[in-house]
Amino acid sequence: MITVQNISKTYNKGAVKALDNINLEIQRGELFGLIGPDGAGKTTLFRILATLLVPDQGTATVNGADVVRDYKAIRRTIGYMPGRFSLYPDLTILENLEFYAAVFGTTIAENYAQIKPIYSQIEPFKHRRAGQLSGGMKQKLALSCALVHQPDLLLLDEPTTGVDPVSRQEFWDMLQLLQKTGLTIVVSTPYMDEADRCDRIGLIQKGKMMSVNTPQGITSGYQPDLYAVRSSNMYQLITDLRQLDGISTCYAFGEDAHVSVASNSGLNAPAMEAFLKQKAHNNIQITPIAASIEDCFIELMR
Amino acid sequence: MKKIIETQGLTRTFGAFTAVDAISFDVYEGEIFGFLGANGAGKTTAMKMLSGLLAPSGGSATVVGFDVKTQSEDIKKQIGYMSQRFSLYEDLTVLENIHLFGSIYGLKKAELAQKAELLLEQLEFTDQRNTLVGDLPLGWKQKLSFSVAMLHEPRLVFLDEPTGGVDPITRRQFWEMIYAAAHKGATVFVTTHYMDEAEYCDRVSIMVDGKIAALDTPHNLKRQFNAPDMNDVFLQLAATSVARAGF
Repeated sequence: MITVQNISKTYNKGAVKALDNINLEIQRGELFGLIGPDGAGKTTLFRILATLLVPDQGTATVNGADVVRDYKAIRRTIGYMPGRFSLYPDLTILENLEFYAAVFGTTIAENYAQIKPIYSQIEPFKHRRAGQLSGGMKQKLALSCALVHQPDLLLLDEPTTGVDPVSRQEFWDMLQLLQKTGLTIVVSTPYMDEADRCDRIGLIQKGKMMSVNTPQGITSGYQPDLYAVRSSNMYQLITDLRQLDGISTCYAFGEDAHVSVASNSGLNAPAMEAFLKQKAHNNIQITPIAASIEDCFIELMR
Repeated sequence: MKKIIETQGLTRTFGAFTAVDAISFDVYEGEIFGFLGANGAGKTTAMKMLSGLLAPSGGSATVVGFDVKTQSEDIKKQIGYMSQRFSLYEDLTVLENIHLFGSIYGLKKAELAQKAELLLEQLEFTDQRNTLVGDLPLGWKQKLSFSVAMLHEPRLVFLDEPTGGVDPITRRQFWEMIYAAAHKGATVFVTTHYMDEAEYCDRVSIMVDGKIAALDTPHNLKRQFNAPDMNDVFLQLAATSVARAGF
């Protein structure tokens, strides 16, 4: 569905490297997650795929069409939801949707089946102005507008940023519902815990694609030994552990500190425990664990 | 323990809508207090009242010993505040921002110069002192914002979603700065949508529909709700929201 080959893009006459030689393939029908923090290059890549920005180097195709040469054809077949709410606040739900349908030369009636799973949830309020909607309703309207011309591909740029955990969960449920209708969906997010909702993910940081795989594939490729460590004083625990030879990284992960140790370092759980006892820690617990996506991201960032 | 925030039936209405509905709770000196809730639950409104930016419609609150209704100017001088929206000047350099905010908070010139150096050193920003703030990566901006909010050594600092969108390593470095500030005696009042960060707080409150639905240590909350983590506690409580079910 999407091929990206050696795409680079700079801003400010080359001073800012937004994308650095990106390669990527996304299959038809996939739910693909582009995961990385603010400033990683996610929005730049979306804008190139949505034909709104021309890359400095490289080529990309959507549905076989080139993003620079065949931009008009691509625009008919994609639905793009930018990171910022970009509907008309002084038009109602219905008026916004009618407007987007009209721009693409179609009507709501013709595409009702496509938008129904999302639109039916806000339809009871269709005469309410978009500017007066709650965050969750705005999101559903924006998604309905992106779907109203029956695109093959949905590009969703950070739809869940700043959204609370419950609304995020609901949004991902909606995406999985849409995927079942045959849509290809590419979605970006800074929340690492959303990776598991995707078929495959790309981890992106500072313009570079660090890894592309299934979430399972990424976590099983984690090299170091990883431990969840607890004691009565987290701040002291982290400070002390970082002084221990053999530890690569040590960061707080909720109730635990996650400690990564190179497999050949010779450091093991009993040695760690002895060290912490000597530092007067209480209630020490050390458990070997499997890596999460966030552990992998941290390892790749180093 | 000494109370630094005390609220009794604190309420704020906007027309017919009650954004904050008679909340009563205390925050103790030196605590890291997590203030959680779904979007629209009333967190920002409550935080604005506590920081003296918005007058309550009912109830009472004292913050750092001052009344939020009648002494809001005194409160503003005694607290630090880091808003959700980045609020340093993008077209000023790192050092210029530090000097500007330091003088607004009334720091003397010599004291400010000394503090600025210390701050740059602690942040490992000495090479970036003359960089425009607009050119810094988000995580660096957030660390700088926090340090600037702490320049006048407030006893209490409000942080509104300080780590949204920040990369995993910088997000943790930010929390280590919070720990360090609390270690030195500051009280930290913080909101977040990252539930792993809720675990780092001494106590956590969760707002639902303008009310405080739960308040305790993360450990006790997980036990009370029979939940494996704070994310699960949050999901259980948010599911009880009437406002959410209404749409």
